[in-house]
Amino acid sequence: MTNYLVQATGLQKHFGNTRAVEGVSLNVKEGEIYGLVGSDGAGKTTTIRLLVGALLPDAGEVEICGYNILKQTEQARSTIGYLSQRFSMYEELTVLENIRFFAEVRGLSSTEWLPRSMEILEFVGLDKFKDRPAGQLSGGMRQKLGLASALVTRPRLLLLDEPTTGVDPVTRQDFWQLVIKLVAQPALNSSPATHNSQPEGVSVIISTPYMDEASRCHRVGFMKSGRIIAEDTPTNLRSRLNGRILELRGSPLDILRHIAHQNEYVEDVQAFGDRLHIRVQEGRAKDVLGRLKSDIESVGGHVDELRSAPPVLEDVFIALSDHEYASAPHPLKT
Amino acid sequence: MNSRLMSIIRKEFIQIFRDTRTLIMILVIPIMQLFLLGYSATNDVRNIPLAVLDRSRSPESRALLDSYRAADYFRIAYTVDSEADIEALISAGDARAAVIIPPDYAQNLSAGNARVAFILDGSDPTSASTALSAAQLISQAHATELLTERFARTGSNLRVRPPVEVRTTVWYNPDLISAHFMIPGVIGMILYAIAAILTATSVVRERERGTIEQLIVTPIRPWELIVGKLMPYVILGFFNTIEVLAVGHWWFGMPIRGDLGLIIVLSIVFLTTGLGIGLFASTIANTQQEAMLTVWMTLLPSIFLSGFFFPLEAMPTFLRWLSYLMPLRYYLVIIRSLLLKGVSLDMIQTDVLAMSLFAVGIMTAAALRFRKRLD
Repeated sequence: MTNYLVQATGLQKHFGNTRAVEGVSLNVKEGEIYGLVGSDGAGKTTTIRLLVGALLPDAGEVEICGYNILKQTEQARSTIGYLSQRFSMYEELTVLENIRFFAEVRGLSSTEWLPRSMEILEFVGLDKFKDRPAGQLSGGMRQKLGLASALVTRPRLLLLDEPTTGVDPVTRQDFWQLVIKLVAQPALNSSPATHNSQPEGVSVIISTPYMDEASRCHRVGFMKSGRIIAEDTPTNLRSRLNGRILELRGSPLDILRHIAHQNEYVEDVQAFGDRLHIRVQEGRAKDVLGRLKSDIESVGGHVDELRSAPPVLEDVFIALSDHEYASAPHPLKT
Repeated sequence: MNSRLMSIIRKEFIQIFRDTRTLIMILVIPIMQLFLLGYSATNDVRNIPLAVLDRSRSPESRALLDSYRAADYFRIAYTVDSEADIEALISAGDARAAVIIPPDYAQNLSAGNARVAFILDGSDPTSASTALSAAQLISQAHATELLTERFARTGSNLRVRPPVEVRTTVWYNPDLISAHFMIPGVIGMILYAIAAILTATSVVRERERGTIEQLIVTPIRPWELIVGKLMPYVILGFFNTIEVLAVGHWWFGMPIRGDLGLIIVLSIVFLTTGLGIGLFASTIANTQQEAMLTVWMTLLPSIFLSGFFFPLEAMPTFLRWLSYLMPLRYYLVIIRSLLLKGVSLDMIQTDVLAMSLFAVGIMTAAALRFRKRLD
């Protein structure tokens, strides 16, 4: 039997005339890392805030570990670790004092909090900075502190709202290693008392604007205008565009782009560094491959390489973001 | 003891003690205000600068001026030669009053119909009315003295006595020292302002800095959050009360005639109204400045309509009715009665009841508005 830690149905939230979230349903299994992706204003943060009960939904229900977030708020929240997009630790308090505060208000006793806090600070690599005021931490360390304070009570569900935005690539890498380790080793998360029984699996919901991060999730929900318009594993999402992405290298780029756009079967052209990714209509890759090179050379352009390429998540999300797909609920299902 | 509650209280105290601005506000400002208001907010008029135009230049005129000098209401600041000088001094504000003694003062005095002109700057009615009555008092005393002297000189044994003598006894504050009236008011104002401003800003700061989002997601119950955030300010308010009472008592000599325990308990009840206003303001305001402003908007009417500076009896009926809405009004009656008159609880029970109702009402309204949520 699948054990769902999050079951949300028909969530809706309007702010005045802005429809921030418009009918979001999502289920997250035990042991799953679920990625919420989408551009700014797509409704990711509002969705997460509705899931933790920080906002009251206009419609819809949320169950966390079997507890209704609005009716059994306290039980539901004792299973949640949450890292908000904005740094939300107390700047006047030291690293350890912050962890202690959030450990105690979430129910750890005076004998439990210290060993647990030290363990978690070591886990995120902040143990050497435990006496530093949180206000004097660097951006990456702040995020690690936030993660540590979210983890200190060993929550079953971790909600991370854009935890790596504005964080340097090395720290981003560290951060992801921590998250992956957490899900992979449920032992760290289960309390000593329940060691003998089945270890409880942890689930993570993470929102991110970065596609490389999305591809690390077990499942990804793509949000646009307050809806989840596509939801699948990264592999399945990518396979939706199999055979429809061509990679083109050559010069000059503006001529390449111009000629590619003129081709009737080409839907979109995106620059990826020194290359262009060309998305073509279903089953038209051969037609484009056969004609594009000569078209370009006839106007004085130069083609180094033109080939069919495996789609990356970015291609998928650009395709999803296009207007033509916005209205249909599952536009890319084949 | 509820450990979540204790954690919130401890966290709040750490924040207060690490934030110099808040600490100064709590420790220094009450004493500063007490000294400022204890000395400045007073109706005791002393040393009014007086200009003198003595055209008589006689021993008699000098005797009159000596009696002005002897009373400390006036300070003879200028001796001038013309009425134009007097006008200039009074318009410039250098002199607030003037005495003109005519050239024939000495002759008229022996004839028994001497006149002296007294000119008063009425632009500040409070000091002018005090100066006026002081001048009348001094002149009458001088006149009585002259009469007694004259009778003595003619060998008559008759002692001059006014037909009716009013013997005044002032109770509770016999020297009519304004500070004794002001300091209880200052205590009230400080308790209210500190409690309301600190509560409002400390709640709003959580929202401003985004820490509220993390708090919301913890299992803390709303009442625990409210009590945990307010408790430190109740404790600090308690110390503020003691601090201001001590300075008022030992520095300004304000008597503490009532039961000290009762004074402190009722002060904490009053403090609760301030905390409630602060909490309420925090549910309206989005920034610390807005919170501060909201509290000030309630503070000003509360100061002016509570009998702090201006007697309630002198107010138009409408404002007097409005004053019943000011919790500070009841507290001032209570604290002044307890400190100066040393009354027992049953003498002030109506005010105690009214103030307690306000405390409960405001706190309930604020707690109902307070949401442990972002929207």
